[in-house]
Amino acid sequence: MYDTPILEKPVDQKDIKFAARGVQVYYGDNHAIKDVDVDLEDKTVTAFIGPSGCGKSTFLRCLNRMNDTIDVCRVEGDIQLDGEDIYDKRVDPVQLRAKVGMVFQKPNPFPKSIYDNVAYGPRIHGLAGNKAELDEIVEKSLRRAAIWGEVKDRLDAPGTGLSGGQQQRLCIARAVATEPEVLLMDEPCSALDPIATAQVEELIDELRENYSVVIVTHSMQQAARVSQKTAFFHLGNLVEFGETSHIFTNPTDERTESYITGRIG
Amino acid sequence: MPALWLVVIALALATLGFFLGRPRALATGGGDIRALHSRPAYYGWNVALSSLVPAMGVLLIWMLVQSFVVNSTVAADFPAQAVPEDQTLSLVMSDVGRVAAGIDLAVRRGVISETDAQNLQVGGSNIRDLLAQVGKPLASDVIEPVLTAAQEYRALASTGNTLRGVAVLGVALLGFGFAFLRTNSTFRARNVVESGIRTLLVLAACLAVLTTLGIVLSLVFNTIEFFKIYPASEFFLSLTWAPSFGGGSELGIAPLLWGTFYISIIALAVAVPIGLFSAIYLSEYATPKVRALAKPLIEVLAGIPTIVYGLFALLTVGPLLVSVFGDDGVGIMQAGTAVMTAGLVMGIMLIPFVSSLSDDIINAVPQAMRDGSFGLGATKSETIRQVILPAALPGIVGAILLAASRAIGETMIVVLGAGAAARLSLNPFDAMTTVTAKIVSQLTGDADFASPEALVAFALGMTLFVITLGLNVLALYIVRKYREQYE
Repeated sequence: MYDTPILEKPVDQKDIKFAARGVQVYYGDNHAIKDVDVDLEDKTVTAFIGPSGCGKSTFLRCLNRMNDTIDVCRVEGDIQLDGEDIYDKRVDPVQLRAKVGMVFQKPNPFPKSIYDNVAYGPRIHGLAGNKAELDEIVEKSLRRAAIWGEVKDRLDAPGTGLSGGQQQRLCIARAVATEPEVLLMDEPCSALDPIATAQVEELIDELRENYSVVIVTHSMQQAARVSQKTAFFHLGNLVEFGETSHIFTNPTDERTESYITGRIG
Repeated sequence: MPALWLVVIALALATLGFFLGRPRALATGGGDIRALHSRPAYYGWNVALSSLVPAMGVLLIWMLVQSFVVNSTVAADFPAQAVPEDQTLSLVMSDVGRVAAGIDLAVRRGVISETDAQNLQVGGSNIRDLLAQVGKPLASDVIEPVLTAAQEYRALASTGNTLRGVAVLGVALLGFGFAFLRTNSTFRARNVVESGIRTLLVLAACLAVLTTLGIVLSLVFNTIEFFKIYPASEFFLSLTWAPSFGGGSELGIAPLLWGTFYISIIALAVAVPIGLFSAIYLSEYATPKVRALAKPLIEVLAGIPTIVYGLFALLTVGPLLVSVFGDDGVGIMQAGTAVMTAGLVMGIMLIPFVSSLSDDIINAVPQAMRDGSFGLGATKSETIRQVILPAALPGIVGAILLAASRAIGETMIVVLGAGAAARLSLNPFDAMTTVTAKIVSQLTGDADFASPEALVAFALGMTLFVITLGLNVLALYIVRKYREQYE
């Protein structure tokens, strides 16, 4: 009797992780993100879809202030993580990024050994007291990223020597090793073959148990497969945001329908 | 016929060939470009290159070989007993060459006629005055055998020059005729010109390699000469450098090598941290405006001639150091010229090398590496220390070793900044000297070229060459090893 409503409406039970209100992003004179309001929930996979250049990656990078590294980029509006404004002067972007991890479009393992790649975050944040704890974190992260079996015998080999799919899973292991609360993924499968993509998607689904995951993707099938919530961006506007099943079967906005049926893009 | 005229004639022939080859090809193709295998210009180029390149090759080789052949023929005919007591055959031969060239010049200027020149006698007219008149002064009066040899030299050279003209023009005409006759619509002129161009490029590359080989060989032969008259064990193991031009010198390389390494190490200790840190600042922290201003300013340092650095060492850094470490201060520095002075100034000279190269290398590290590190919550300095520098390390090591090679080979700053005393000392405020500075001083003296005091310069040069070669090989090895690991 109690189980039924939870199964039917699981999303409503979750806390809001990110709350964005009136976000504007400018690259110099270019107005890249226009007045975006969105709430991202905890322990949920949210997919950002939209045509190229629509601002979905830009908005994703606002969530951990990666846009700070771009000189001409300016962010206005209010983005709160657990009720705290992340663009407040008192917030250290370095600490924020430790809480909000990121996986990039192209696998970018550091030119270090597999072990050192994963241990990088825990080391700089002092998460491990000794070598044994660090070993444990590395193993746990690699297991979570579903790559432990493939690399456990060659942890000292360079991370750059792995295949593309393995590299991307290594990057995911590296990101989860710092125990972030939110994981941002910017087209994590665009450089991968279908098998590696399937592995990463399976992984994203498992990560949902512990984290809030935000994924930018060009593949609508992927968005439909892995996400519970979907946001559709078009020309810098957030056109529609809601349950994935709803967006893909019964979109409210005309533009969303055109995009998912392949008429614009 | 002078070589210049031969070149001009061959060029004219080539130009003619270009303008004749084109229409001939078109004519054989019936005036239709499509009927030709290659575009018409290629046929022109084929004729031009066929007449010019082989002729120039013959001319070049002839000029190299002729003087050698003439010299050795005349030298073989020269009576051995006519060589004066205090001279060698090679010295006499250089006199012969000067006399021959002087007479040639006199004839060309019209001072004497060709017949008079052939009938010149030692007793008759004063040859020394005649030669001085045309600007070829001699050290002593011309003796009979030298004059005979000079006349033989002139005769041989003149025959050689005539033959040379015939050979060069003959080859040019042959090439022209051959290429011209081959020109028809099916001839693959384009492929021939392409392979001709490739041959030219290969020759240029070979020339560069052969020159290097020649330099090494000239060092090797003179070094062997040196070790014949001076024991190698003394040279490498003796701890004293005391050349005395009267003979009985001690020529141990140890103090010079020590000076070289001491100064280089101080220079690198200055240049590497400053250069590397400024490169990191410029590439990672500086705003584009600051970078655009600061980078050229640092690179200006690289354009300053080393003699100016030497003056800076002598006039500014030396006295400054003396005022602190000299007798009025700490009391461990006797004079302005010291290892420390030269090392500091050389370090300043090397800063732009290290910083400019490292800056380029750090910039070449992909932005994805930085993003990856920032995305994990790393600070800027953590990112630089743990991700960017390891990725850029092979290049940075290369830059440092390049700077080290410069430091080891540097001479002017040492001469003016470090003094000329060869000594083994640990005190960086003592005057010392380096291998290169001593090479200069050994070769600029009045010493007989065959003496160990002069020949030692080649042994020093050879040692230096081997050391810098070793450094370069080491650099390559390190770069390759890390590249395997990092890419």
